[in-house]
Amino acid sequence: MTTIIGAWIAAALTLFIFSFLYKDNPFYKLAEHIFVGVSAGYWVVYEVRNVVIPNMIEPVSQGRYIYIVSGIMGLMMLTRVLPKIGWLSRWAIAFTVGMTSGYFLVTYLQSHALEQVRATLLPLNSPNNILIIVGVLTALIYFFFSKEHKGVFGKTAKVGIWFLMIAFGASFGYTVMARVSLLIGRMHFLLSDWLRLID
Amino acid sequence: MNQRRAVFLLFLSIVFFFGVSTAAQQNAPPAPPTEVKAFDNPNDAGGTITITWKKSADDGAGENDVLGYEILRSMAQETGYGPIGTASLGATNYVDTSAVDRVTYYYRVAARDRESSTLSEETIPAVASPQWFNRRRTNMLISVVLFSFLILWFIERAKRGEKLFIRPLAGLEAIEEGIGRATEMGKPVLYIPGILDMDDIQTIASMAILSRVAKMVAQYDIPLLVPSKMPIAFTMAQEVVKQAYIEAGRPDAYNSDNIPFITMAQFGYAAAVNGIMLRQRPGTILYLGAFYAESLILAETGSSIGAIQIAGTAMPAQLPFFVVACDYTLIGEELFAASAYLSGEPRLLGSLKGQDWGKAVFMAFIALGAILETLGLHFLTGWLVTW
Repeated sequence: MTTIIGAWIAAALTLFIFSFLYKDNPFYKLAEHIFVGVSAGYWVVYEVRNVVIPNMIEPVSQGRYIYIVSGIMGLMMLTRVLPKIGWLSRWAIAFTVGMTSGYFLVTYLQSHALEQVRATLLPLNSPNNILIIVGVLTALIYFFFSKEHKGVFGKTAKVGIWFLMIAFGASFGYTVMARVSLLIGRMHFLLSDWLRLID
Repeated sequence: MNQRRAVFLLFLSIVFFFGVSTAAQQNAPPAPPTEVKAFDNPNDAGGTITITWKKSADDGAGENDVLGYEILRSMAQETGYGPIGTASLGATNYVDTSAVDRVTYYYRVAARDRESSTLSEETIPAVASPQWFNRRRTNMLISVVLFSFLILWFIERAKRGEKLFIRPLAGLEAIEEGIGRATEMGKPVLYIPGILDMDDIQTIASMAILSRVAKMVAQYDIPLLVPSKMPIAFTMAQEVVKQAYIEAGRPDAYNSDNIPFITMAQFGYAAAVNGIMLRQRPGTILYLGAFYAESLILAETGSSIGAIQIAGTAMPAQLPFFVVACDYTLIGEELFAASAYLSGEPRLLGSLKGQDWGKAVFMAFIALGAILETLGLHFLTGWLVTW
């Protein structure tokens, strides 16, 4: 019985969300508000169980008191609701942004630069390899910001943008196919779990 | 008849003799591993010792009956050995991760077959210790120093007043045009800072752009809506917009209700932002930051209400959707260049120039590396391997 009620609610909410394809309407608004409210509540519980408890409560209860610092930082974020001491939240934000920038300087240089360069060092012995190297070099030229894209430089950058657009086209088609499979999944739910028209 | 019996007995004797000798051979203990060495694991934070050996003569050859190896450790010479781990057939090394720094250990490796095992010679003493410098990451050190130097060099030049040229970015020039259009229509500007938190570099770049956008919007006196998906990004967005309004001389126009936290659920957030678009009808929508599957849902809705849409992201899988659904798109690094371009600050412009030189270095590496690879020389590729 519970399963049947659940299927009906899920089907109704699915149709309410799909009704957005026509135009904004009270059914869509209802589904939207339920979705936002339920998900916000869900994430609060999720964060408490998967972040606060394992990353602060448990280590501190085991005597690793350094983890209290993260708790204090979290509380500083919450001071925003108190106008008199709201400035404290800026310290926590400054720490987060500064730490992130410093940490990612190295990791991004490794994963987004050195590893990519290494993967491009290919022998010029096949049309595929030549295409990859020409594509990477011309696309990099497009991303030069301190030189005007004119003359040979501009034409090379244009070749680079062609490479980028072809890559985007391929990616677009691939992702659309994935999204269609999501739609099929939802249709299958409606026709199978709800209406039981197919197995 | 007797002759037949004698031949039969002789045959039985031969079979018995070979059977006994084969059984005796099968029962022989395996040959021990040789050249066993133990040494501190290099380039680590301590607590590990590497043990290497040459395979037993019966591992993959000889009697070929070795099943694996057992590693034994002692803190005293020739006595007190206890097992600490095993290694599979064919293995020639083992990393002891249970070693304590500055404690002397001795190791033996035993080759095991089904019935017995044979110990190797004892290793010379090994002591685990941490290293200050991971030499395998020298390439990273050189890269960070080189690029930091380039960026700092150009920042210094920009600070001295040298004019640094930055080519125009069509998407950025459209931001001011879009805000102007929203003002003329009396509609709000909707700014979506992506769906990742402040631990993503794209969100940080987005906040820098948000600061400039908020300043312009404050001057034009139209509402700026910034719905956030992540809690710290939400706090940051409120701070950035508030500061921008103060700098624009319009602190009274700042309204924190226009910068709400929605939900951390990806599609819950997308549904809510769709609702904001349909009900508040912004004249201009800016998508600047990190996006995932919600990108097309948002951009399609924005397109359907006739808003000017400008997007910028470094997420390769989402760029195609923004390219087809938005009026202008900042591709990849253009997002990071945008904050420098908008602010015109010497520090950021110098940094951008330094990054261009960094790209030139990478291009030279690629060209040189491709030639070397073609010639069969792999040292440059090997040097670039990161750990």
